[in-house]
Amino acid sequence: MTGTSLRRLFASPVFWRGVASIVAFLVLWELGARSRQWMAPEFYAPFKELLVAMGFKKDYLPWIGAVPAPSAVLKSWLAVIGQAGYWQSWYMSFFRVMAGFVSAMLIGIPFGLALAVSRSAHGIGFPVFEVLRPIPPLAWVPASIIFWPTQELAISFVTFLGAFYTIVINVLGGARSIDMRYFQAAQSMGASRLDIFRRIILPGTLPSIVVGSAVGMGITWEVVVAAEMISGGGSQIGGTSGGGLGFFIWNSYVGGSYEQIVVGMISIGVAGYVSSELLRWLGYYVTPWLRVR
Amino acid sequence: MSPREPTRPEIVAGEIAVQGVSKSYGAIQFRKEVVRDCSFVIERAKLTVMIGPSGCGKSTAIRLLAGFEAPTAGTVTLDGHPIVAPDRDRLVLFQETALFPWMTTWDNILYGPRARGELTAETLSHAEFLLQKVGLQDFRDKYPGQLSGGMQRRAELARAMVNNPKVMILDEPFRGLDAMTKELMWEYYARLFEENRRTNFFVTTDIDEAVFLADRLLVMSNIPTQVRAVIEVDLPRPRRLADLVESDRANEIKKQALSILHAEAMRSFSRGSKAAADFVEAYLKRARRA
Repeated sequence: MTGTSLRRLFASPVFWRGVASIVAFLVLWELGARSRQWMAPEFYAPFKELLVAMGFKKDYLPWIGAVPAPSAVLKSWLAVIGQAGYWQSWYMSFFRVMAGFVSAMLIGIPFGLALAVSRSAHGIGFPVFEVLRPIPPLAWVPASIIFWPTQELAISFVTFLGAFYTIVINVLGGARSIDMRYFQAAQSMGASRLDIFRRIILPGTLPSIVVGSAVGMGITWEVVVAAEMISGGGSQIGGTSGGGLGFFIWNSYVGGSYEQIVVGMISIGVAGYVSSELLRWLGYYVTPWLRVR
Repeated sequence: MSPREPTRPEIVAGEIAVQGVSKSYGAIQFRKEVVRDCSFVIERAKLTVMIGPSGCGKSTAIRLLAGFEAPTAGTVTLDGHPIVAPDRDRLVLFQETALFPWMTTWDNILYGPRARGELTAETLSHAEFLLQKVGLQDFRDKYPGQLSGGMQRRAELARAMVNNPKVMILDEPFRGLDAMTKELMWEYYARLFEENRRTNFFVTTDIDEAVFLADRLLVMSNIPTQVRAVIEVDLPRPRRLADLVESDRANEIKKQALSILHAEAMRSFSRGSKAAADFVEAYLKRARRA
């Protein structure tokens, strides 16, 4: 980022409004979480019976009082940030997301294009696809643990399913919505079918591929975390702390380290954001004609 | 003038003959006849303009000439050979832009030669020449989204002409441009035609455009489409808009064409067409002014 654009960023009220919003959120969270330290239990006396009846503990504010404070989360984060196990979790989850996502792209894009350009491919492939599509990826977890020889493959397969359907549907829709006039123009200029595919259908579908991948990537992160929790972290090579971020959260919960749960949650948020940014940048790079409007 | 003479391919002008053509759409019980027993000739190396009320089946005629569709009856031939499929010897400019949004102006212009594997030094030189002719040399690496409406139309003209077609077919190409840009486009287009003398077929609803551009004017009927009259526009070339405004002959031709269109509109008006009502009103206003 150049100096001028940084200066412009700091001068914009939108930026400072965003900063103020995040700071206010953190302060409220901290106050709420510390309520048990600075609020006398007598404060709740009038609601005591009600709170107990609802199942809450009676010595701190309901809900927010049970959450670890951001300062405690930060401290816990600083503690794990030097541990190889924490980064191993990152690596495992990233690896699974990438394995599932890349294979979904490699299989989904050609499959979607085939459905779009060939009537017989559509006739054969689409009904099966439409029957399988409504099954949520997580419903596949037990079956895929049985089907695949290793847990690692099982988890990657489930993440693959998460992205696959979205990518195929987007590619199919994108290729179908290319304007008829482009085909007519290319045809009258003497283009072969292969040339029309390469220089009209492929670039014409590219924006939909980018959109489909971005949505698919989001679903992959949702799926991988749940799959890791359900399957108990996949391969146990890295010990209990090497099972991915989903397993990191689950393990922290079982171990009673509530700060670490939040550390895991935020880590997934960051990981998802980084992958989306990466994709957005890639999409921006491969569709130069869309950024010049 | 350009410093070095570019290589330009020899222009072979074609002649299209439409004989007894009919075209209907829809299933048998809902059949709608758009073109009925229509015959005309698009003469070699001339600019033939087809004018008719909107919705009179002109676009259907274009699709038949281009080969996107086949007639229900009758024949369409180019130099005696029947037209069965789209081909580079008949290139179409559509109403809306059909430039590929993902290619720069230059890549759009070179699409045809590249697709046919004919990207030779001569083709490149010809493309360069056309790019300058349509005044887009500074927009070579821009995408269509970065061009104005008029520039897009000019880029499309260049993209079609680089293929050196025997016939150029234009379907209301300047519709939707503002009045000033439209006049600019007429002059660009007329100059390109006068320098190349290729067979051109131009469809429009605009009488001023028609008379300014045409060598021959085909005045069409309402649906089902037939030719009502053929008017030879014997105005001298090269033409300039300024000359044409004062030309009595031009006004005479306009009046003649309009009166035929008026008669057509009256006929469809009596059959309940609302568009025709607008035309009749506009015609009466114009007649009073003249």
